[in-house]
Amino acid sequence: MIELKNVSKTFTLHNQGSAIIEVTNDVSLKVSAGECVALTGASGAGKSTLMRMIYGNYLSQAGEIRIGDVDLVRAEPREVIALRREILGYVSQFLRVVPRVPTLEVVAEPLRAIGIGAEEAEERAQSLLAQLNIPQRLWSLSPTTFSGGEQQRVNIARGFAHSYPAMLLDEPTASLDATNREVVLSLIEAAKARGAAIIGIFHDEAARARVCDREIDVSRFTPKAAA
Amino acid sequence: MTPLLSVHGITKHYGTHIGCADVSFDLYPGEVMGIVGESGSGKSTLLNCMAGHLAPDAGAVVFDTRTDGPKDTVTMSEPERRMLGRTDWAFVHQHARDGLRMGVSAGGNVGERLMAVGERHYGDIRNRATDWLDRVEIDAGRVDDRPTTFSGGMQQRLQIARNLVTGPRLVFMDEPTGGLDVSVQARLLDLLRGLVRDMGLSAIIVTHDLAVVRLLADRLMVMKSGRVVEAGLTDQVLDDPQHAYSQLLVSSVLQV
Repeated sequence: MIELKNVSKTFTLHNQGSAIIEVTNDVSLKVSAGECVALTGASGAGKSTLMRMIYGNYLSQAGEIRIGDVDLVRAEPREVIALRREILGYVSQFLRVVPRVPTLEVVAEPLRAIGIGAEEAEERAQSLLAQLNIPQRLWSLSPTTFSGGEQQRVNIARGFAHSYPAMLLDEPTASLDATNREVVLSLIEAAKARGAAIIGIFHDEAARARVCDREIDVSRFTPKAAA
Repeated sequence: MTPLLSVHGITKHYGTHIGCADVSFDLYPGEVMGIVGESGSGKSTLLNCMAGHLAPDAGAVVFDTRTDGPKDTVTMSEPERRMLGRTDWAFVHQHARDGLRMGVSAGGNVGERLMAVGERHYGDIRNRATDWLDRVEIDAGRVDDRPTTFSGGMQQRLQIARNLVTGPRLVFMDEPTGGLDVSVQARLLDLLRGLVRDMGLSAIIVTHDLAVVRLLADRLMVMKSGRVVEAGLTDQVLDDPQHAYSQLLVSSVLQV
């Protein structure tokens, strides 16, 4: 489902003396449907960078990133937009929303975007919010004023609203209490069971051990300093 | 899929000074594209050339018309272009007073565009005008008031209602949130996003506010000195800018 072939990325900082930073070099990996793979490595090793390259908000300089039948490295913006709407979901660490939009609509939006009716989308959103223990009295409020953990759960509800065949999870269990952590892990297990290919970053080792089928240490893709 | 708008090599000079040079892109139905850059970078010139307000020195702006398919709007006849401007195109000005008739009531401002496309039934026109005022969150009781009695944010929303009442397929926006305070901006952004999604609109938004494009635009074009220096997916350009100028632009935003 997700396949990377010889992918490399460098950052060129034009305004800081044109410094060139090599981040990852020659990454190849493959994740099949129904599989969950964890990216591991020390902080700064390039886990999040690799994930953003797979989502397409970081540009790769070389190689091929295939999700379904789209090559993200060479795709047109509209192909990437369609891919993200239908196929590829991403749960980031931070919730970014339009101010004033009620939580329920924030969660239902990915479903509305693929053409599901307002009523059905809201039902699904309600059940996810209830499952993630967001009190009903907050559903009609904008999540911008919520606590960090609540925002994180709204973000997860939004990410799991549509049954994406491929998902990227960036620290989905961070800043959650035991009960909600359990809910999130069961959502991930359910997604795997329906055949989603998942790539995740988990600092929570117990969670990683439970939902992930294998681990990929990204530090082996980090370019070594020129000898 | 046929692009809704296909722009080829648009160039406009002001004497020896470059307004914009050799800009080309395709916009597909339902897409929202942002154009950012510092003032004087040529983004408004480009927008005005595309919308037919300025005649470009070179280039073509091909629009997929309902009746005749793709057609170059630069070379089409003036009446034809004006008709497009009243039906399938809409233009939201930065200053609402440039896009409104200040001496006519709010309802009249919205109704006028309907009359321009042949609506004649007073009751229908008034109902649709009131319906649109409601959609842009202007109290129906204000339908007979003139825009001069409205606040800046209300005038901007009225301008949007006037533009969208005829169900256009392409909306040009020049700094739609410029000059409004942030709480009104947020409300307007929310409104625009809902309208874009529900009506399946395509839009081209010129702004210098990167937060606005992050929320509204799927794609982004960065302009400097009349030329496009970088184009791509909005979050890719904002998160991983490639060109020196885009990097400067993104890194110059103040964090709140």
